[in-house]
Amino acid sequence: MTVDSDQIVFTDVSKFYGEVLGVNKINLKIGPGITSLVGPNGSGKTTLMNLLTGLIHPTRGAIEVLGVTTNDPEAFYRTVGYCPQFDTFPKGITGFGLISSVMRLHGYNRRAADEMASKAIEDVHMTEAAHRRVAGYSKGMRQRIKLALALAHRPRVMVLDEPLNGLDPMARAESIALFQKLAEAGLFVIVSSHILHEVDIISDSVVMMSNGYIVAEGEIQDVRGEMAEHPLGVRVRCDRPALFASRAFTEDHVVEVRIEEDSGGVLVRTRSADQLYMFINRIVLEEGLTIEGVIPIDDDVHSVYSYLIGSNGAVRL
Amino acid sequence: MSVTSLPWTKWAEQVGAVVSFELRKFRVGRKWFFPLLLAAAPVTLACMLLIFGERPPDNSQVTQVFAVMFQTFMLRLMIVFGCALVFANLYRGDMVTKTIHFYLLTPTRREVLVVGKYLAGLLFTSILYGGSVGLTNILIHSVNGPDVADAHFFSGPGLGQLVSYIGIAVLACVGYGSVFMVTGFLFKNPAIPAAFVLLWESSNVFLPAALQVVSVVHYLQSIVPVPIPFGPFAVITAPSSVFTSVAGLIVFTFAALIVNSFLMRQAQINYTSD
Repeated sequence: MTVDSDQIVFTDVSKFYGEVLGVNKINLKIGPGITSLVGPNGSGKTTLMNLLTGLIHPTRGAIEVLGVTTNDPEAFYRTVGYCPQFDTFPKGITGFGLISSVMRLHGYNRRAADEMASKAIEDVHMTEAAHRRVAGYSKGMRQRIKLALALAHRPRVMVLDEPLNGLDPMARAESIALFQKLAEAGLFVIVSSHILHEVDIISDSVVMMSNGYIVAEGEIQDVRGEMAEHPLGVRVRCDRPALFASRAFTEDHVVEVRIEEDSGGVLVRTRSADQLYMFINRIVLEEGLTIEGVIPIDDDVHSVYSYLIGSNGAVRL
Repeated sequence: MSVTSLPWTKWAEQVGAVVSFELRKFRVGRKWFFPLLLAAAPVTLACMLLIFGERPPDNSQVTQVFAVMFQTFMLRLMIVFGCALVFANLYRGDMVTKTIHFYLLTPTRREVLVVGKYLAGLLFTSILYGGSVGLTNILIHSVNGPDVADAHFFSGPGLGQLVSYIGIAVLACVGYGSVFMVTGFLFKNPAIPAAFVLLWESSNVFLPAALQVVSVVHYLQSIVPVPIPFGPFAVITAPSSVFTSVAGLIVFTFAALIVNSFLMRQAQINYTSD
């Protein structure tokens, strides 16, 4: 079987812990850019990440990361960097000491290892605390040092399990900027997160999981577009909402039109966003309507998540 | 791929990095405390004999006292138990502290990790128990004063015996270390296999000859410089030659490390179940 060597490929992957299902029948291809794993607690996100990074082995199926498997750990772990959820560190170690020691395990000499550690620590803005013991770090600092460790050897694939947990708003913004920079450089950045509005901001594509299964994957607008049972809501702010509403009712794809309370616009629900946007263009040309804004109201990760999974998964929204 | 084309230099550097990381854990993590306590026991006893003990008229009696102490306490208890504490925790300890993933996420062959961890444990126990054996030997033989000790070590058999005892202590660490590294993978509670090995090795001389050979202490006992009587119930077997003993232990250790590597390759991180 030929596997695309420039993708992360899960082929029919299942993982069971005894009789407990971790993930089941996962078929997934992940390309470069930021891919977010989204799902409630216990949905299988961490299992999928642990499988991807070789910390656990699939009960069935196969995983290839850019054409490499964990059977070749030397090539595999040069390609992959993992920031896991485990918040534990060797006793008495400093942030710098940890990263430098791990770089030595990668096979770099002391000087190169120290330089790589310094650079990675600088990337996560931890230089001042680098030589302090990790045990004295705050949760956010520990999170950042784990992130630095994952990226210190400059892997092509970064797997980040809840990397924004425990970070203050400033550190979150810095981390998101870092992920975006890595993605722009062509890296594969796979992030799991509960914080849906941040997922929405940073993700090129999403993988939604529930009970060990993938319930949706792809670019969020594409996923949203395929949900025919939940027509897309679009708020159109215009100068003559009554006219807009009456014309909109004649369109086959429109299922609901409601004039807003302030009479400054309408809320349209449509089965086809593309057809609606064509209709808006047409009505502007034909009737001379002034359109102040066209705002989709439920094509974000939050809405897709609510429709597909529901809000009973202890999710922080 | 030929053997010479393999990246031996890189592997050696990685083994060095693992050894350094592990030794740092011994130092900082206070993992040295109980193994050191065991090593200090015979030294303390020797000091007490030196200060409070009677002066035996014959130096050969002192040598016999040490031989008994070595074969009963040091070999069968101190080193067995000390190695269990150190080697069984090389893997299991990292699982308990949830830090094994720092190793498993590096581009290091699992075999390299096993060798590095084993060598770190071996270095630590060899220095500790080899040192303890050597120091106790010197202290006990100093009981009749420096002149007698001087004659024993430099004009008699003392120096050769000292080197032999230290060598046997190191060989014991080599053998027991590899056994306890395997048990560290297989058992969540290292005390159970440690107790079994302790019992097996301690009762070795009372077992049938066919079973005696399935133990580390059988081979070590064959090469001790001063044999001791084990009483009327001991089953006497033909001692192995030095070559057979050393080669047998090395082959045994090599086999155990292969098993270790296999187990390490199969290792999965599931901290919650550990």
